[in-house]
Amino acid sequence: MKKIFELFLTFFKIGAFTFGGGYAMIPLIKREAAEKKKWVSEDDIMDIVAIAESTPGPIAVNAATFIGTRTAGFPGAAAATFGVVLPAFLIILGVSALFRITSDIKWISYAFFGIRAAVLALILNAFVSMYKQCPKNLFSYVLAGAVFVLAAFLKVPVAAIIGGCAVFGLAFYALCGRKRE
Amino acid sequence: MIYLELFLAFLKIGVCTFGGGYAMLPMIMEEVEAHGWAESAALLDYVGLSESTPGPFAVNIATFIGESNGGFLGALCATLGVVLPSFIIILAVAAFFAKYSKSFFVKGIMSGLRPAVVGLVASAALFAALAVFGAGRDVSAVFSDRNTYVSLGIFALSAFLVFKPKLHPAAVIGVAATIGAAYGAIFGI
Repeated sequence: MKKIFELFLTFFKIGAFTFGGGYAMIPLIKREAAEKKKWVSEDDIMDIVAIAESTPGPIAVNAATFIGTRTAGFPGAAAATFGVVLPAFLIILGVSALFRITSDIKWISYAFFGIRAAVLALILNAFVSMYKQCPKNLFSYVLAGAVFVLAAFLKVPVAAIIGGCAVFGLAFYALCGRKRE
Repeated sequence: MIYLELFLAFLKIGVCTFGGGYAMLPMIMEEVEAHGWAESAALLDYVGLSESTPGPFAVNIATFIGESNGGFLGALCATLGVVLPSFIIILAVAAFFAKYSKSFFVKGIMSGLRPAVVGLVASAALFAALAVFGAGRDVSAVFSDRNTYVSLGIFALSAFLVFKPKLHPAAVIGVAATIGAAYGAIFGI
């Protein structure tokens, strides 16, 4: 029981102190869960990142669930996940309510005029970092280009695109991917 | 029933997003547009606020859209939806873990999904650009609008700050908010 409470508390702390989530959380998770608490090894952290990349969902949730399961089974997983989600949930509840009340205030709407332009830059930044992670070959370029056209101009549902690309990737890998390795 | 709709929409988002964070954006945009949960400009505001508050991006944005459309219960349903798929999948994967990311299936699927995410985020960028520069208006109206050039300037500065000194996104948002507020106060928008 003490372990389960500790898992909750540790991941609550991780959830409360990392901005932007995702990879920004990994160093903190490593320090808290591997170095301090020794719930998992540092190699495990590397594996968690690899797993998180190839499973759906937020990386922070993936990592919390994984470390929780390893440490204290299902209750541990539930406690760690609840902990990592709770701070964001509570803070946004407040921010969202505040946003509704204050968005009519002039200088706040002016601030958001600036914020929107910055968000565009952040999306561009995400695009660049995803491009860097992507393998550089003809197959990737053609697929990425096709997905862009399908999503942006032809308005094909994103779920269909994801499903199609998964099948396509698997087929291509089965045909010619293994030879290259 | 708004609660069930929020839960199901974010469950779908939780199942379909690989790479986390911004990879989710195109699907969030799609769902938000289909249900009329937010204007595209307001969605960008949510993204900006999510970047400047702690916690996983996906949870922030789910809570935001849930709260603004269904109050506390709406927020709960949306957040539960976005978290549940990865929770269940990791519970399953943790058992046969080491083999998972090296398996033939996962490698093959990921070889298709990595480029897909690049294309999807590019379409999100286009969507965001249209919202920022006031699409729907006449092209000449966009170009004769002073705000267009100010937005362009803030965008260029933000891009520089995030790429070059690698400033934290929350700090970039802060800088842009300050410039926006100052510009609005002095010149009006």
